[in-house]
Amino acid sequence: MHELSIAAAVVESAEGVAREHGSDAVAGVTLRIGELAGVVPDALRFSFSLVAEGTALHSAELVIEEVPARARCGGCDARFAVGSPPALWCPHCDTAAAELLSGRELELAEVRMAGSP
Amino acid sequence: MCRSVDVRTAVLAKNDSLAAQLRTELAERRVTAVNLLSSPGSGKTALLELVLRRARERAVAVAALTADLATENDARRLARSGAPVKQVLTGGLCHLESAQLRGLIDGWLPEPTRLLFVENVGNLVCPASYDLGETLRVTLMSVTEGEDKPLKYPTAFGGAHLVVLTKTDLADAVGFDDSAFTTAVQRVNPGVEILPTSARDGRGVDILLDRVLAVADGAAPHTPLLAADHLRHHGHDHAPAHHHGDARADGHEHGATHAPGHAHGRSTRPASA
Repeated sequence: MHELSIAAAVVESAEGVAREHGSDAVAGVTLRIGELAGVVPDALRFSFSLVAEGTALHSAELVIEEVPARARCGGCDARFAVGSPPALWCPHCDTAAAELLSGRELELAEVRMAGSP
Repeated sequence: MCRSVDVRTAVLAKNDSLAAQLRTELAERRVTAVNLLSSPGSGKTALLELVLRRARERAVAVAALTADLATENDARRLARSGAPVKQVLTGGLCHLESAQLRGLIDGWLPEPTRLLFVENVGNLVCPASYDLGETLRVTLMSVTEGEDKPLKYPTAFGGAHLVVLTKTDLADAVGFDDSAFTTAVQRVNPGVEILPTSARDGRGVDILLDRVLAVADGAAPHTPLLAADHLRHHGHDHAPAHHHGDARADGHEHGATHAPGHAHGRSTRPASA
């Protein structure tokens, strides 16, 4: 259940952004979480609600964008969905992927601050 | 009314940059750290005890940190090898983070230490997300755990530089299907080496030590696809060059520009998937 540590990192980071922008309340944050990030969105939502309590994020909305895992074939250069359970082999020519294009994201994408009108 | 700031920051940026700094510092001290990941009960302590013992017989300066939620039992077992050992009690935390490792190393790591083995908390999920500053990440699994485990825990097996199979002396008794296991590992981590070991009969212990020593001597470890991007930003070659102080995830340009030539032994894929 490392989602608790991750939620704490999100809150810390978002509070920092809010401070930098002279705000003491965060209205919402958007996270991008890759299919292969090893993080369970539901567990993260639950953890976030606990960790945000008593911080600038106490009433913040958490938006999670899930990012599908995609890879590039090392043989025919095709781009393909890695799928679940993941297969890092090209479905077209059965060659190992040369590169994972997406799916490992664990990113704070956006912080929305509650500002005065 | 809301103001939005596009930040694009890696959530674990702080851990990642601490890990990169630690990796650099350890390299300067000529220490190679090895992060051992597995489920509880996979036999990593028993295997590590043998590795430490062999290292001492081969006059290699080794030390070990072992993390558990509770008890000092593992440290006592490992200390029988004669190597310096430190127990880390995480007090319930499911994984180690780089800052913890740094705190443990400071003031303890004996000079000279060439290899530092870090036995992570027994858990195949959480530790996989945290770079500790290791040069080599080894994921272990025993033959009693089920051949499809790499598919169930793809981040642990997919991010490994080396996969170690333990308790192979029991393989026949439990009907372990070696080819199904190899298929599962290669599916998530093409080209990674699988090293069979047994703490009962000593199989693979010297080879495991050889693999670690090779990396300590400068050999490049296998690049797992799942970790390639992370290693590009936080790995050995990049760590000293730039400070990740502002913790920004740089760019994400996964374009056609780089061709690091992952030397994946791609011919190893078994027929059935």
